[in-house]
Amino acid sequence: MTESGAIKRALPWRIVAAVIVACVLAVGGWVFAQDKPAAPAAPAAPAAAPAPPPSKPDPAGTATGGIADVTAKDAGKPTLTEIADFAGHSRVSINLMWTLLTGFLVMFMQAGFALAETGFTRAKNVAHTMMMNFMVYAIGMTGYWIMGFALQMGGLGPISTMGGTGVLDSEFTISLFGKDFGLFGMKGFFLAGSTYDVAVFALFLFQMVFMDTAATIPTGAMAERWKFSSFVVYGFFISMITYPLFANWVWGGGWLSQLGKNFGLGHGHVDFAGSSVVHMVGGVTALAGAMVLGARIGKYNKDGSANPIPGHNLPMAALGCFILAFGWFGFNPGSTLAGGDLRISVIAVNTMLASASGAIFAMFYMWAKYGKPDPSMMINGMLAGLVAITAPCAFVSSFWAFVIGAFAGMLVCWSVFFVERTLKVDDPVGAISVHGTCGAWGVLSLGLFSDGTYGDGFNGVEGTVRGLFYGGASQFVAQVIGTLTCFGFVFVASWVFFKVYDLAFGMRVSPEVELEGLDVPEMGGHGYPEVHGPATLVHSMGASAVRAPGVAALAPERSR
Amino acid sequence: MKKIEAIIKPFKLDDVKEALTGAGIIGMTVSEVRGFGRQKGHTEMYRGGEYTVDFLPKMKVEVVVADGLVDEVVALITVAAKTGSIGDGKVFVEPLEEAVRIRTGERGDNAL
Repeated sequence: MTESGAIKRALPWRIVAAVIVACVLAVGGWVFAQDKPAAPAAPAAPAAAPAPPPSKPDPAGTATGGIADVTAKDAGKPTLTEIADFAGHSRVSINLMWTLLTGFLVMFMQAGFALAETGFTRAKNVAHTMMMNFMVYAIGMTGYWIMGFALQMGGLGPISTMGGTGVLDSEFTISLFGKDFGLFGMKGFFLAGSTYDVAVFALFLFQMVFMDTAATIPTGAMAERWKFSSFVVYGFFISMITYPLFANWVWGGGWLSQLGKNFGLGHGHVDFAGSSVVHMVGGVTALAGAMVLGARIGKYNKDGSANPIPGHNLPMAALGCFILAFGWFGFNPGSTLAGGDLRISVIAVNTMLASASGAIFAMFYMWAKYGKPDPSMMINGMLAGLVAITAPCAFVSSFWAFVIGAFAGMLVCWSVFFVERTLKVDDPVGAISVHGTCGAWGVLSLGLFSDGTYGDGFNGVEGTVRGLFYGGASQFVAQVIGTLTCFGFVFVASWVFFKVYDLAFGMRVSPEVELEGLDVPEMGGHGYPEVHGPATLVHSMGASAVRAPGVAALAPERSR
Repeated sequence: MKKIEAIIKPFKLDDVKEALTGAGIIGMTVSEVRGFGRQKGHTEMYRGGEYTVDFLPKMKVEVVVADGLVDEVVALITVAAKTGSIGDGKVFVEPLEEAVRIRTGERGDNAL
């Protein structure tokens, strides 16, 4: 039978994958042995007797919490040192809690991506598209835990707001022009040894969900024709190599973040929450992948003109977009890594304003140009505004936030048509334009409109962050270098990876599979069996259910 | 006995059903179908591109009646399903040989 033949053919690949995982775990064991965990701190002095509970209820909440709640040897009479310890612990507690909670919000963006991408693609591929979005969470996390986090953050050094990340102290650097260029970190493989630390774990969670956001972007642009096995390998590639390297250069203390300190270019390449690190990396990877894969059958006519291939579920896509917009309240405000940094209110408002203007301007643009306010482009427009404001959200006024989102809303329309009609790259969901193009606009806009009210000491450079229009021309230069680096590095690395994989194993399903839909050949069954399954299948399922013992007896007898 | 088969606009189904039940017709079968006639489909927009939908969604209403009721039923359907614009659909009438009520075994007009 063909099915058993397919299973036999699949086996060697699985064995190879198992061997690779085993090797990686063996390396991990070696890393464990090299890096002993810190000795546990001396046991704390026995806790003082707790203060007696208040005898009266406190409905107004004004009397709850006071000197009795400060941990002190002599309850109710803390010393100055005890108060200072308590204040420091409380500060870090708020910041770790904020980082974790916003990380949980960002994790939920995976659901938003899954719904948006699946809604924008066809019903015959629904299980395949959905499960790529689902499994990238698990695969990406595993790869990031093995080595992605270490490459990205291994040389970060202490973050003052988080207390304990000083154990991430090992960055691989090379020396050029008498300056150090940080390339990648070398601490935190498997979160083992001395990185077994609460602050490091909080940072890992937050950075992991950001990486997974980037990793799930290409699944949209490459949907409806990508072999699932190839996707699995890709999931490890982006989470272990491309994403961590670029993220190290910007967020892990690497060379792009040092452009300010080393060469006087503003504060170095500044990307507050990831327009370039997350979105542009995802969008550029998507471009490379979609180019290597080629367009879906039926997307382009012989004369090169493009056909629309409508997605199967617009409400699903719109719900996904709203979930993403909600998750963005974690993405941007969480990137302070500090709940005590009250700039978060400015960041949150800027974020929502840009999402509004992005959706509005995409709506009016499509309405004016094509006669109707295209629903899928309004959805892309809101996401474009969010992607663009991600880098500058902490550094601009609400006016510029609205403008940045508005331009992104139109830019995403231009970019979608440029990618589709000029580059002739087939991107079913608009991921290349939303995340790649508008990600680039986001980091560049930071270099234009940052108004100097925030960011003192960012990337080790004194003074606040100022863009070109506020006297910071060199900041704009740093943003341009960061943008070009992101495109150049990620595109070349991803294209080579995809091309080599394609030549060696093949990335694309056969035309027969693509026409039939990927669900059955790739995943084993339809995502919507009652819509797509043969009628006999549905009938026999019903019949066997009725024949099952007990079920027939439960069925109520119909009177007529 | 005749079978009357009407292909109508989906949103006209309630009007047709009410017209027929109001005239004492006590049974009908409907199905969702797709097709085109002289209207030849229509175009829709997606992400700035136009595409043609050839087979438009329609409802098919099947009613079986005694010979004497055919003209009245056809007239009722024609009035109820009419909007006056292109794509209102068609009514087909065909002879029917036999009908059986499964529960009682009655045949012919008695089975209707």
